[in-house]
Amino acid sequence: MSSVTYDHVVKRYTADITVVKDMYVEIKDKEFMVLVGPSGCGKSTALRMLAGLESITEGEIRIGDRVVNNVAAKDRDIAMVFQSYALYPHMSVFDNMAFPLQMAHMKKPEIDKRVRSASKILGLDNFLSRKPRALSGGQRQRVALGRAIVRSPKVFLLDEPLSNLDAKLRGQTRIELQKLHRELETTFIYVTHDQVEAMTMGDRIAIMNAGILQQVGTPGEVYDHPANLFVAGFIGTPTMNFVPVTTSDSSAKASGFELKLPKAVPAGKGMLGFRPEALTDKPSDVSTLEMKVDVVERLGSDQFLYGQVGGDAVTARVDPRMKVEPGDTAKLGLDVRGLHLFDAQTETAFF
Amino acid sequence: MDFSLLLQDIPTLLVVILGVPVVLAAYIVGGEYLVRRLPDKNRPQVRPWIWVGPALILVAAYLLIPAILTAIQSLESNNVDVLDPGTWGTNFVGFKNFARQFADFPTGGAWVAIRNNVIFWLIFYTIFTLIFGLILAVLFDRVKYEQFVKSLIFMPMAISSVALGLIWDFMYEYQPPGEPQTGTMNALVTTLFHHDPVSWLQDQWPGESFNLLNNLALIGAATWGITGFAMVILSAALKGIPGELLEAARVDGAGEITVFRRVILPLMMPTIVVVGTTLVIFALKAFDVVYVMTSGNYNTDVLAYRMYNQLYLASNSGGASAVAIILLVAVVPVLIFNLRQFRAVEARR
Repeated sequence: MSSVTYDHVVKRYTADITVVKDMYVEIKDKEFMVLVGPSGCGKSTALRMLAGLESITEGEIRIGDRVVNNVAAKDRDIAMVFQSYALYPHMSVFDNMAFPLQMAHMKKPEIDKRVRSASKILGLDNFLSRKPRALSGGQRQRVALGRAIVRSPKVFLLDEPLSNLDAKLRGQTRIELQKLHRELETTFIYVTHDQVEAMTMGDRIAIMNAGILQQVGTPGEVYDHPANLFVAGFIGTPTMNFVPVTTSDSSAKASGFELKLPKAVPAGKGMLGFRPEALTDKPSDVSTLEMKVDVVERLGSDQFLYGQVGGDAVTARVDPRMKVEPGDTAKLGLDVRGLHLFDAQTETAFF
Repeated sequence: MDFSLLLQDIPTLLVVILGVPVVLAAYIVGGEYLVRRLPDKNRPQVRPWIWVGPALILVAAYLLIPAILTAIQSLESNNVDVLDPGTWGTNFVGFKNFARQFADFPTGGAWVAIRNNVIFWLIFYTIFTLIFGLILAVLFDRVKYEQFVKSLIFMPMAISSVALGLIWDFMYEYQPPGEPQTGTMNALVTTLFHHDPVSWLQDQWPGESFNLLNNLALIGAATWGITGFAMVILSAALKGIPGELLEAARVDGAGEITVFRRVILPLMMPTIVVVGTTLVIFALKAFDVVYVMTSGNYNTDVLAYRMYNQLYLASNSGGASAVAIILLVAVVPVLIFNLRQFRAVEARR
C-alpha cells in the first residue's frame, strides 16, 4: 500500500532512441491507475522501470518516499501480472502461488494459509495440485493474479493481463479485477492498449503516445476535456469527428458549415472536434449541419450515420427512431457544449 | 590412358543406381498390394510393419546379427571363422574367454579397463562436461560477443580426435627437472608453483591401484574436445526459456542464484538428461584419446581399446568378443536407467 511517483523519468536506449520522455505522474495510494496508449508508446517500458526490470536513464521513481532507481526488482515489494502470465510450468498451481512467499522466507503454515485463502477468492481450490498446462486460459490468468496477491505487495502491476482472454472472459475478468482492487485496497497500475478497459476500470487514466505522457485524469475528464488532438482521437468509439476550420474571433468556418464558438479564440487555422453523440436529429437554431448520409448502421439501441458534411467525413450517433436512408441529406443539430477546438499546429486544445 | 579399370565396374554401378530403387519400389508396391487384399480390420495392424520393414532389416543385418555372432564368438577359442557355420561349435570353450577377462581382481584381465571406464570415465567425463557446458552456456548468455565466444569453445569439436590427442600430448609433455619445460602444463607447474615437473600421462598418483592423475589427464583432454557440444545444446535449451519467467521470478523476490536453481535448472533438466545420456555413452565408448596418448599403458586402458588390442595386436578374437560383450552388458543398465529417467522427465513436463 503505497503511492508511486514518476519524477521526470526518461528511458533512453541509444542517443536517438528515447522510449519514455520526461514522464511525470503521481499515483496515489490505493488508486487504480491505467496507463493506456497505442503499441510502442512506452507504457510497458514505464511499468517495467517501476518493476525494476528496466533501468531508469534519468529522473526518479519513488514508491512511497523511497527512491527505487537502484533497488533490485526482488527488493521492491511489488507484484506483477504478465501478459503471458509467466507461470512456472514445472510447478503446481500451489507452488506457483507459494513461490513469492517462499522467497520472503515465510513459515510453511503461513504460506499454506495465504495460498488457500487466495485460491478461495479466485476459485482455484480444486486446481491447486495441477500443473499450469492442465488449466484453461482463464484459470491460468487467475493463478497469475493469485501469485501476485498472496504476498500483499505495496504495488500491484498488471501488464495487459486480459489480452490473451476471449471477449466474454475479458468482460468478466474486468469486473473481477475491480472487485479485487476494492477488496485488497492496494495501488494498482494497469497497462493496456484498450481504451475501453482504461475507461471502465481506471480511477484515473494516463494516456501516452510516442513516449510522452499526454494527459492524466479521471475517465470523465479525459473524455469530456481531452488535452490535445491525440487524446481526443484515442478515447471513445466511434472516434471524435475532426473538421478543419478557419477561426476568427469567436466564429469557426468549416467547408460545410459555420458556427459561433462558446469562447473567443485567436484567428487562424484550427481543428474542430465533436463526438458523434454531440449530433442530434433535432436541428437547432444555433448550429445545424447538413449531412449527406452514405451508410446507416442500426444497432437497436443506437443508430450510426456515416457521411459527409461539406468536404469532411463525419459520424453521427442519433436516436434509432430517426428515419434516414443512405443517400438522404439529414439535418442534424450540433450541441455546442460538446465542441472542442484544437490548435492546428500544436494540436493542443483551446477548450 | 587405360580406362578399363573404371569401365569394368560400370555394370555394378548400374545395378546399384537402378536396381536399389526398383527393388524398394517393388517392395512397397507389392507390400501395399498385399495389405489391400487383407480384411479391412487387419490393415491398420499390418501396414506399419510393411513400411518399417526395410529399416528393421537394416538394423538386423548391421546390428542384431553381428551382435549375436559376437556373442557366439566369445564362447569359442580364437581360431574360429565365425562366418563359416561349418566351424561353429568345433572350438567351443564355454566361458573361458570371460574367465580370463575377469581373472585376478583387481589388476588382472579386463579389471583395469572396467574400472577406468565405469568409474573414472563415466563419472568424471560426464560430470566435468555437463558442469563446464552448463557454466559456459549460462555465462555466455550474458556476454555481448556471445556468438563469437561460443564458436571458439565449439572449435575443438571440429578437430579430429587424433589431432586432439597429439595437441594434448604436447600440453602434457615432460622433461626431466632442470631441463626447459616444453609442455604447457609443466611450464606452468615449474614457473608458477616451483614444483618439480609432473609426468602427467605416466604418473600413477595417488597409487598404482588407484591411479587417478593420468586417467584424469586423458579425461581432461577428451572433456576439452566435447564441452563445446554440451554447451551449444544447453545454451539452446537456456534460450528456450521465456524471459518473462525469469522476470516474474525476480519480481517475486528471487535473487539470481535462486532464479537459476528454482526456475532455469528445472526447466533445463530434460535437456541436461539428454546430454548426460549421450555423454555416458561417449564415456563408455572412449577409445581414440587413449589410443593416441597412452595406448592403454600405465593403467589407463579402457574397454574399447582393450577390445581393439585383443583383436588386432593379440590376435585373440575370442577375447576381443568377450570384451565386447562385457562392454555391452555394462552399457545396457545405463541405457535402461537413462531411458527411464528420460521418460520420467517427459512425464513431469
